[in-house]
Amino acid sequence: MATVSHTQTYRRKSWGAVFFILPLLILVVIGFDIPIVTIFNYSISSADGYSLDNFYELVTTPVFAKVALNTLRITVMTTVIVAIAGYILAYWISTLPKTGRMIALALVVLPFWISVLVRTYAWIVVLGNAGIVNKTLQSLGLTAAPISFLYNDLGVTIGMANIQLPLLVLPLYAALIRVDQRHMQAAASLGASKRVIFWRVFFPQTLKAYLAGIMLVTIVSIGFYITPAILGGGRVPMMSNVIETYINTVPRWELASAIAVILLFVTLGLFAIYRRLENRTGDEL
Amino acid sequence: MSDIRLSKIRKDYGIFTAVADVDLHVVNGEFLTILGPSGSGKTTLLALIAGLSGPTGGQMHIGSQDVTYTPPQGRNIGLVFQSYALFPHMTVAENVAFPLEVRKWSRSKKDEAVGRVLQMMQLGALSSRKPSQLSGGQQQRVALARAIVFQPNILLLDEPLGALDKKLREELQVELKQLQRRLGITTLLVTHDQEEALSMGDRVMILNEGKVQQIATPEIAYLQPANRFVAEFLGTANIVSVSDGSSRKGILRPERLLLRTSAGTNKGVATVVSDLVYLGQTVRYYLSAADGTSFIAVRPFVGPKFALGSAVNVSWTEEDVWPID
Repeated sequence: MATVSHTQTYRRKSWGAVFFILPLLILVVIGFDIPIVTIFNYSISSADGYSLDNFYELVTTPVFAKVALNTLRITVMTTVIVAIAGYILAYWISTLPKTGRMIALALVVLPFWISVLVRTYAWIVVLGNAGIVNKTLQSLGLTAAPISFLYNDLGVTIGMANIQLPLLVLPLYAALIRVDQRHMQAAASLGASKRVIFWRVFFPQTLKAYLAGIMLVTIVSIGFYITPAILGGGRVPMMSNVIETYINTVPRWELASAIAVILLFVTLGLFAIYRRLENRTGDEL
Repeated sequence: MSDIRLSKIRKDYGIFTAVADVDLHVVNGEFLTILGPSGSGKTTLLALIAGLSGPTGGQMHIGSQDVTYTPPQGRNIGLVFQSYALFPHMTVAENVAFPLEVRKWSRSKKDEAVGRVLQMMQLGALSSRKPSQLSGGQQQRVALARAIVFQPNILLLDEPLGALDKKLREELQVELKQLQRRLGITTLLVTHDQEEALSMGDRVMILNEGKVQQIATPEIAYLQPANRFVAEFLGTANIVSVSDGSSRKGILRPERLLLRTSAGTNKGVATVVSDLVYLGQTVRYYLSAADGTSFIAVRPFVGPKFALGSAVNVSWTEEDVWPID
């Protein structure tokens, strides 16, 4: 009897909980789930009912292949740059004394509070033909003509790497300072050189956070829109830019939806790889 | 295997002196325990010997080598931390093989040495586990295995049993002592537990506020403490006057007091049992005299007992009083 009444109380309580989360549930369904279903619906709709014609059209369009390759190239370059610069930066911050850490972290976080749009336009001022970098190079006599940083892969990659850097640095820094300093002391007493201590003892303990951060940067890079649009000047279109074209310029929403669905599945695939990686490397990594 | 020689070793942090001019000679194969309250500088001293931090003065030799400013990598010292500091991403076998790998031992030599040490520490069955899958006692064994596998000159143990429960700690104390004898390795063990320090060390070094209070065998340190701090840190000490006509004080260990019921004698100091505690094998009596002095006596559980509030005469032999101050 006691068990039964307990269960009843429990059930009543959980119905109460459903009541409280209902508004949020409705919001998520209307604002998030229904649009996704609509996009799926668009992507498989054609003049004569449901088919995969839209996807077929995309795959057979040479422009789409070029854009996919662009996206892949920019994503890989951005991720590699952020991965290398991010680890060095996070490691350097973790070695600073307390005040230094706070200042350095503030400098990393500060750009986060400024709109991506503003930061991207700022790069035009810095990298343009009459920008700070080119002016300096020319006045130093290092280059005769301005180097074109903008409206090519280089500009897009620089801009994206800059915006994505905190995404890796912050979680990575948190993981780096969590590593027990006594592990390094123990390794030193066991005879390991500084290089060996870093690669065999320190780095493996930060690998999980590092891979998670890299994966996050990759996922965000694949869907980037503003920076390639502005710093690429339309010459380095990525998937998101093509979606925009198919919605605003060409108006073919079914193709735009098909690209969105492809992007979604690529992202889910990356996430699955990350999860498998996480399982294989074990809990400690 | 080597001896260790410290002369005037000190470590200052600004105006704070953690270790003040320590002189110490640990002979080859000796087991020395370093005992002191927290903040006494005992762990700092161990870190100086391990090379994890550099001294601000003095000199240090291991064998004939001057290691005063040698980094830890060059000292060939086995070190066990209280937290064990096992590498969480490596298995037991990988942890133990680590010092051999950095020494570039050949595969066959390495496997042989790791296998032998794991066998010796009864870890053979656990070799492919990760540290997080081990109990505290097992982790402690792995840390010890890792610290001895490369045949270091010296073994340093920083409260190696501090994180374990009492029963396991006592078992491992015996094991550790046997292991040390078998290997004949010069060993320093830091502890704040006076029983551990007395039971394990060939000699005990007592530290307080960075200064050496006494270096002696456990028996000497216990019965003939160099000063009041040592006397009180190593156990209960009754303070009595020395009967040589001077005003000097001496200490008397609680098990040295003789107790008789007042009815049978008028020898000694008349007291009343103000409290008593049963400790299993022994009984601890708190006795107060009329003039306000108090005594603590420990008697075997078997034998005459005294009830709470009963009148007891306390006496002792003059040779058992050790003068201090």
